[in-house]
Amino acid sequence: MSVIEAIKLKPRDFASDVKPVWCPGCGDYHVLMSVTRALAALGTPPERVAVVSGIGCSSRIPAYTNCYGFHGVHGRSLALGTGLKVARPDLTVLVMSGDGDGFSIGGNHFLHACRRNVDLTYVVMDNRVYGMTKGQPSPTTEPDWDSALAPGGTGLRPFHPLVIALASGANFVARAFSGHPDETARIIVEAVRHPGFSFVEVLSPCVTFRPDQSEWKDLVHAAPVEATDDPARAARRIMTDDGFNIGVLYRGNRPPGTPQAGAAEVDVAELDREFAI
Amino acid sequence: MTAPVSGSPPGRSSAAIASVGELLAHALRMEEEAEERYRLLADQMETHNNPELAGLFRKLAGHEAHHAEEIRAQIGRMELPGLESWDHSWGGPESPEAVDFGAIRYTTTPRQALQLALDAERRAFEFFDRIAAAAGDPELKRWAAEFAAEEDEHVRLVLGELDKHPEPPRHPDDDPDPPVPQD
Amino acid sequence: MTSTGARDSACVAIVGSGGAGALTAGSILLEAAGKAGWYGLMTRSVGPQIRGGEAAAFVRLSTHPVECIADRCDAVIAIDWRKADRFADEFALDSGSLLVGDPRGGDVPEALLRSGAATAEVPMKELAKGIEGGRPNMIALGVAAGLVGLSTELVMAVLEKRIGSKGAGAVAASRAAVEIGLDHAQRIGRPIALAAAEGAGHGRWQITGNEAAGLGAVRGGVRFAAAYPITPATELLEWLTPALAKVGGVLVQAEDELASVNMIIGSSFGGTPSLTATSGPGLALMIEALGLATASEIPIVVVDVMRAGPSTGIPTKSEQSDLNIAVHGCHGDAPHIVVAPLSVSDCVFTTQWAVHLAEAMQAPAIVLSDQFLGQTLAVIDPPAPVAFLAQRRVPDAAALAGYQRYKLAADGVSPMALPGMAAGQYTADGLTHNEKGTPSSRTSDHRDQLDKRRDKLTGFAYGDHWAQIEGDGDLVLLTWGSLTGAAREAAQRLSEAGVATRLVAPRLIAPLQVDRLQEAIAGRRVLVIEQNHSGQLYRYLRSMCDLPGEVRTLYRPGPQPIRPGEICAAAQAWRSQ
Repeated sequence: MSVIEAIKLKPRDFASDVKPVWCPGCGDYHVLMSVTRALAALGTPPERVAVVSGIGCSSRIPAYTNCYGFHGVHGRSLALGTGLKVARPDLTVLVMSGDGDGFSIGGNHFLHACRRNVDLTYVVMDNRVYGMTKGQPSPTTEPDWDSALAPGGTGLRPFHPLVIALASGANFVARAFSGHPDETARIIVEAVRHPGFSFVEVLSPCVTFRPDQSEWKDLVHAAPVEATDDPARAARRIMTDDGFNIGVLYRGNRPPGTPQAGAAEVDVAELDREFAI
Repeated sequence: MTAPVSGSPPGRSSAAIASVGELLAHALRMEEEAEERYRLLADQMETHNNPELAGLFRKLAGHEAHHAEEIRAQIGRMELPGLESWDHSWGGPESPEAVDFGAIRYTTTPRQALQLALDAERRAFEFFDRIAAAAGDPELKRWAAEFAAEEDEHVRLVLGELDKHPEPPRHPDDDPDPPVPQD
Repeated sequence: MTSTGARDSACVAIVGSGGAGALTAGSILLEAAGKAGWYGLMTRSVGPQIRGGEAAAFVRLSTHPVECIADRCDAVIAIDWRKADRFADEFALDSGSLLVGDPRGGDVPEALLRSGAATAEVPMKELAKGIEGGRPNMIALGVAAGLVGLSTELVMAVLEKRIGSKGAGAVAASRAAVEIGLDHAQRIGRPIALAAAEGAGHGRWQITGNEAAGLGAVRGGVRFAAAYPITPATELLEWLTPALAKVGGVLVQAEDELASVNMIIGSSFGGTPSLTATSGPGLALMIEALGLATASEIPIVVVDVMRAGPSTGIPTKSEQSDLNIAVHGCHGDAPHIVVAPLSVSDCVFTTQWAVHLAEAMQAPAIVLSDQFLGQTLAVIDPPAPVAFLAQRRVPDAAALAGYQRYKLAADGVSPMALPGMAAGQYTADGLTHNEKGTPSSRTSDHRDQLDKRRDKLTGFAYGDHWAQIEGDGDLVLLTWGSLTGAAREAAQRLSEAGVATRLVAPRLIAPLQVDRLQEAIAGRRVLVIEQNHSGQLYRYLRSMCDLPGEVRTLYRPGPQPIRPGEICAAAQAWRSQ
């Protein structure tokens, strides 16, 4: 091994000098730490990694990394990340989102990204609330959570992202907890290495609008069984667990979606021929 | 490898640490992580306009960086096992000395911050103390006890700092400004 | 072909329903005419059914290049007359026209007879039955070929190419049917023969505007496309699928237009020139992301094949009513490029130019094609290759030292680092940002970056391609997009009638070249011609330019296209006042 190869990248090599605007105590600080640790462990240099996001607290994360980043419009990060990964399969693409961005306005893209199974990793920081707009219920919010927009609660059944990911064809499904940054980093590393579309839901408490979520650290626990490759079994487990089962829950065997550019077979001028009379 | 049982936190038992090399790797990682967390907390407090707390965290980060330097000197040219951050055997999901990010608010007082630092130093002491007590290898026992003694010293230093920071009259949740909507 | 009294343009419609094959017959007629050395184009009109509906193919043939439909039909050949009255307005018949129908295919609709057109009968179904494997639409094709003066051999040359794989029997059946049709055309005795073509047809192309736009995109360097199907843009995307694969590119089908436009922003961020195509409803969905591409300075090309709106409107009919949304649709101040091809052939050039402009200025470009351009099949001279290619400015080693993605530059274009370039890392952002790309709400950053994005567009050297200007008359026919062909034909007729005209058709809609436009129309009368309900171009020009004192408008919505005669009439009426 050469000297240069031996220099191991450190998490700090993946952090930018832009200071996060998240509230102190926010789980997203931990997630940023997990991402930089995961990327350092993966060893891909920062210029070969792209971090793509939409809008919301969690979506501020690209600028806090030293990778190529894209902070796009609300809900469309998966589409943008898909275009990037298909055009540039040599890159490691992380798409980072939140429960409002990813499951509400971006819900349709979530379904189709799972189904398309392009080789990218989707990390959703779920705090069950819209934070940037001061605390409105999101698709994962409990039905009785009181807020100005939905006094007394929405009365709606929360969206179940992990089961929806399974049903839609995601090839890797995991749940993590922001307060365990090492474990989250390990899961992200595995998600990136797993072929196809990998989905990691990170429970990431909002200290400002959901102070009740401080109890999550006492509720989370390691998944009691190894991940399965049977989506039906995984779905059953996830639907019947307590929502705080942490770990890799499903590792699928679907070949990744490969709409990939091949080598050019002909010169552009050859395309003219079909029009000649 | 035994499957973890429901309800257990992730993380391997510290009983897995069986050599001086592994112990030193853990000791160094513990200080590095502590330094990183205090540094990031200092940044957070600067962003959120709490210069007093930022200064305190910066100071604590400096201490931890110094401790890490000391351990590196002790390691010298010794070959340590290469561990990813999640490969450590902390006996819990996180490094014992890692200050709890989730417990910090921008209104946190220096006394509360010191209390969190104290908790972290105590967990670090307990970690080494536990290994020292259980170690069969006398060399491992000696090193673990030495680290435990150092952490105990840190505990005393933080306690001393706490004495200099009586609880201010303002309640930490007292915030006259409401949250502001952004994006 | 007769030589004396032969016309230089003819229009034949073939109509039928329930899978009669009128459109197939029309396209074979057009290609055979192309082989004969004529130019031409075929438009189509259809009922709302996906299969089995009534359909009309309008084939206009000419001795010289044509870019619009004719004022009137010389002949309508009906395989059957069922629901053909749907097309009565489009046929634009008069007493010189000829209606050829199968007496078993129903009565000639009253609406058509009122024109005073002559009628003739050819029992196509009966005749087809007499041939093993014979089909009535091939007899109709033979009739049409006979009327315009095409030989059996030219028609058969096309047919052999198209159906040769079905075996000798099928070819022989078609030949027999075409010959019977030709024979009946002779018996009708009302030829509408075209003069001999100027120059041989060798090397001519048969192409639709959608295909032409796709070709222009690939010539310009597009290697990634995202697609969501929508009429009348789908064929462009379908053409790109195999074409991109052949040249080392790729197309992804998206879940909706929100996804397709964001996908191309992602691929272009990665360094690949990228495009999507849509129509009005899809463009409406893409608008937010166009603002993102503007703010984050990501080059993309969106082809809008306009159809009648608003809302679902008339998906299969042309209109020029997306000018407002294309130019003004974005929220905030979001300068971007809008171009409009002037003919089927020009779809190649203008789309390629759009790729070049987008890449050179790192901005989104909208190409305003329309259903007429997109779905018209035309026989044209091959469009000459042009030098415009995707050339994006990327940082060199010096620029990467202390790299600032959005550094203020004299021409507003800052080098764009691509993933993989070490030290070029930045975060593209729709939030207002500083030169480095870091989000900022400072007054100076907001102003500086708005200025930068405006200046790079207004200061660009667009060359002479900004508009097509022809003639030097006192009367200006000012139009755009697909109406350019009709306006050109009108200008020619007016000039022949002693009204000196000038045609001005801006290809670059935004940023509008105000000074050059004012220079082109200064001191002249101007007739602004466009196909929409509210005079969108006229109002846009009014908002941007000092128009001369004498300005009139000719605008009306689709679905009936504005034809040369209507433009001539408007010009003559003005003159006679």
